[in-house]
Amino acid sequence: MSDFPRWKYALVAIVMLFGILYALPNAFFPVAAVQVSANRGSAPIDQSIQQKVTTALTAQHIAATNVSVQGDNLIATFTNGDTQKSAADAIKAALGDGYSTAFKLQSTVPGWLRAIGARSMPLGLDLQGGVHFLMQVDQSGVADKQETSYADDIRVLLQQKNIRYESVARNPVAGQGIAVILRSADDRSKASDAIANEFTDLNVANGTSTGDRFLLNVVVKPDKLRQLARDAITQNLSTLRNRINALGVSEPLIQQQGDSRIVVELAGVQDATEAKKLIGATATLEYRAGIGYAGDPRAQEAASTGNIPPDANLYYMRDTRTPVLVSKRVIVTGSQLVDASSGTDTRNGTPNVSVTLNAAGAKKMGDFTNANVGKPMAVVYVERVTDTKIVDGKEVRTSKDTESVINDATISSPFSRQFETNGLASLKDASDLALLLKGGALAAPVDIVEEGVIGASLGADNINKGFSAVMLGLGLVLLAAAIYYKLFGLVADIALFFNLVILVAVMSLIGVTLTMPGIAGIVLTLGMAIDANVLICERIREELRNGSSPHASIRAGYEKAWATILDANVTHLIAALALTTMGTGAIKGFGVTLMIGILTSLFTSVTLTHAFTALIHGHRKLKTLSV
Amino acid sequence: MEIFNHNSNINFLGMRKYSIAIAVFLMIASIALIATKGLNYGLDFNGGVSLVVDYDQPVQINDVRTALAKGGVENPVVQSLGGTREVSIRMQPKDDPASVQAGGKVNLDRISADVIKMLQVSRPDAKVKSKEFITAEVGAELRTDGMWAALFVVLGIGFYLGIRFERRFAFAAILTEFHDVLVTLGILALVQREFDMTVLASVLAVIGYSINDKVVVFDRIRELFRLARKAEPEEILNRSINNTLSRTIITSLFTSITMGALFFFGGTAVHGFAVTMLIGILVGTLSSIFVASPILLWLGVSKKDLMPVTRENPELARRP
Repeated sequence: MSDFPRWKYALVAIVMLFGILYALPNAFFPVAAVQVSANRGSAPIDQSIQQKVTTALTAQHIAATNVSVQGDNLIATFTNGDTQKSAADAIKAALGDGYSTAFKLQSTVPGWLRAIGARSMPLGLDLQGGVHFLMQVDQSGVADKQETSYADDIRVLLQQKNIRYESVARNPVAGQGIAVILRSADDRSKASDAIANEFTDLNVANGTSTGDRFLLNVVVKPDKLRQLARDAITQNLSTLRNRINALGVSEPLIQQQGDSRIVVELAGVQDATEAKKLIGATATLEYRAGIGYAGDPRAQEAASTGNIPPDANLYYMRDTRTPVLVSKRVIVTGSQLVDASSGTDTRNGTPNVSVTLNAAGAKKMGDFTNANVGKPMAVVYVERVTDTKIVDGKEVRTSKDTESVINDATISSPFSRQFETNGLASLKDASDLALLLKGGALAAPVDIVEEGVIGASLGADNINKGFSAVMLGLGLVLLAAAIYYKLFGLVADIALFFNLVILVAVMSLIGVTLTMPGIAGIVLTLGMAIDANVLICERIREELRNGSSPHASIRAGYEKAWATILDANVTHLIAALALTTMGTGAIKGFGVTLMIGILTSLFTSVTLTHAFTALIHGHRKLKTLSV
Repeated sequence: MEIFNHNSNINFLGMRKYSIAIAVFLMIASIALIATKGLNYGLDFNGGVSLVVDYDQPVQINDVRTALAKGGVENPVVQSLGGTREVSIRMQPKDDPASVQAGGKVNLDRISADVIKMLQVSRPDAKVKSKEFITAEVGAELRTDGMWAALFVVLGIGFYLGIRFERRFAFAAILTEFHDVLVTLGILALVQREFDMTVLASVLAVIGYSINDKVVVFDRIRELFRLARKAEPEEILNRSINNTLSRTIITSLFTSITMGALFFFGGTAVHGFAVTMLIGILVGTLSSIFVASPILLWLGVSKKDLMPVTRENPELARRP
């Protein structure tokens, strides 16, 4: 007779099947690949591009295992990393600037597995090599910028309201507010009302007065500062994402960590210098008077002959690379831009970007647009990249400015503080432009507080060692259990093996990144998962010694051991939970692995072994048990 | 197969004077060791620069040290990473003044270029395999995080045991846990094994392992107390330890086997983890047998504390 219900057999079978299916993708190793995608303005990827790539590769005698168009991208796969690199160079040379190439690890998981959502675990940097940065966002810079801009605005406001003031000055320490000094108590209360009405994000309080100096303390509300800090991180993240996309790294990891840190992990990249240059670059914006439009005859001529009018600069559009002439006269700069957001024009429904300037910028913009209705205006994007080189043992820092025009438009009517750029081609263009306007520069400066480069060969080493440690640990425990607990040990072995399979399946399904500490976690889980079976087997032995029949011993063994197993695992789970609360990636990965492992082992060690035990012993009359 | 005599009846509680005395001594010694020698904090906690350098031909650690000394790097930590062709070099950025830029920013590429130049003077086959730089602040934060995590574990487990068992069990478990962590750290301080992030993770995992061990014994204590008609606490505790002895040792052996595999085959990245775990397993197993139960006895655990609470109906009580 069996006291094990049928539905539990079904459950065990289903879970085992699930484990095998979802762990399977990890057996398909990804291959080195080069991904080609079209830049904006270039013809999309199609058969002709594929033809070009194939020809270029054959010309260079580079053997590709496969070249195919997949969606918007072209993927060429290679047998190893070396051919991948030379292939990327060959493809770059053949296609030119209009296309970007990126290294990629192309999954070889069969389609039917991918169709059910099975995928392999992503590998951490320590297992595949790459660069990582941990960046601290300097939040004091954000408060600083805001206070300076509010001080400007308060000055303009007081002038507009005809309130005489002695000075409006920022406290030299960022975050300490703005001191407004007025001449009389009456002026002070007027100023206080005016500021409080106009700027709802400011707190205004009377300070101590000496003689005829009446002090008014103005501070940015803490809520607003917190919101600004949050925005700064978000904006930095998107800026970094844009910049790293330009590096041609596929699937970069750019993540916020804690309140003020950003992690960047670039798998497969071995040269940190290039990445750091881009990440640390500071960009600025300038609104300038336009001379013509992008690609008009004058600009074309200037570009081909090199004859540029003395009052103009020749730039190229950022994405289409068409030449454009822009006046040297700067109207406002990016630091005077407060906000930019994309939306749709309420009148004609086309995508647009609305821009807000601060008081000083608004005045300049107003003066300029009043006099220049119907004329063009351009936005020039200046990226400053600092390069440090060692020349004759001395450090020489050179900074290179790359300038491009991101937008040119006609001034349709005078405007100042707020204006809109209309008639953009698509909503995506509008949001890209808004992002560039706002996010071209980092919202807050970043410092690299942690940085590392892990060699690709080190990663491969780690994978091999980790794999052999898991296999050996598993093998030894399987052997020991089989010897010590005989048949019950073998059943426990099946459970332990499936514990590994299901653990890997769950980790793959959730998308836990596999790291070296994670592998240590897997090995530890295997060592501790057997504990539940030790408890059960010892209990069964005890029951047998006390004179119970084999079937009763099995039943009592499982029943009595269960309470202990539960208590032991819950306390263990609490410990694993604490590990996952640790901010850092490596420990977190270990903790998550341990936690999943405890849960899966609870199932495999108890329910799965019980099913097998019932299957083996269920319908037979037993004299002894092999335990 | 059985290694342990299932009828074992060792009087563990009888040795409690000695076992507790040894435990207290170990704890004091550990505190003294941590205070005097200190933990050998690694890059993760102290900040600094770490380089892994690969050679085509075998190299002597001392030659690497000499080459660095010639280049002007003071007190670098040079270690072999298993085998004779791979070394790890750890140093503070201030040892290479040229790499520290204005504002205290450190140029990692510069340091690695400088170091490799120093090494290539005598050994042109040296190549940088990986490089890493961590600022001290990040490390300090990690230490605080680790402390919070440990506190969270202790309180969380205490709370759970307080509910499932009784507060005396929770107290005994926490006290023994404290002993285990302290002695593990003490041994790490004694052998001056590098304390890095994976070791911290391992110490926290030791807490998990060791509490697991104690709970199994406590569970048996609870069961025997409930079953026994006449319960002498000392006898019950002794029987519980003896009954679970075989399991305690077998599990620790099995876990040690896997950690041994990790140590010998997992590579240098997880050496610290495996060693710490092995130390922790030993300490935790011994304390489950010799320390936790005497504390329980000393706290005065008795049968009536563990009987399932019978719900009394206040309505009924009020009726005459």
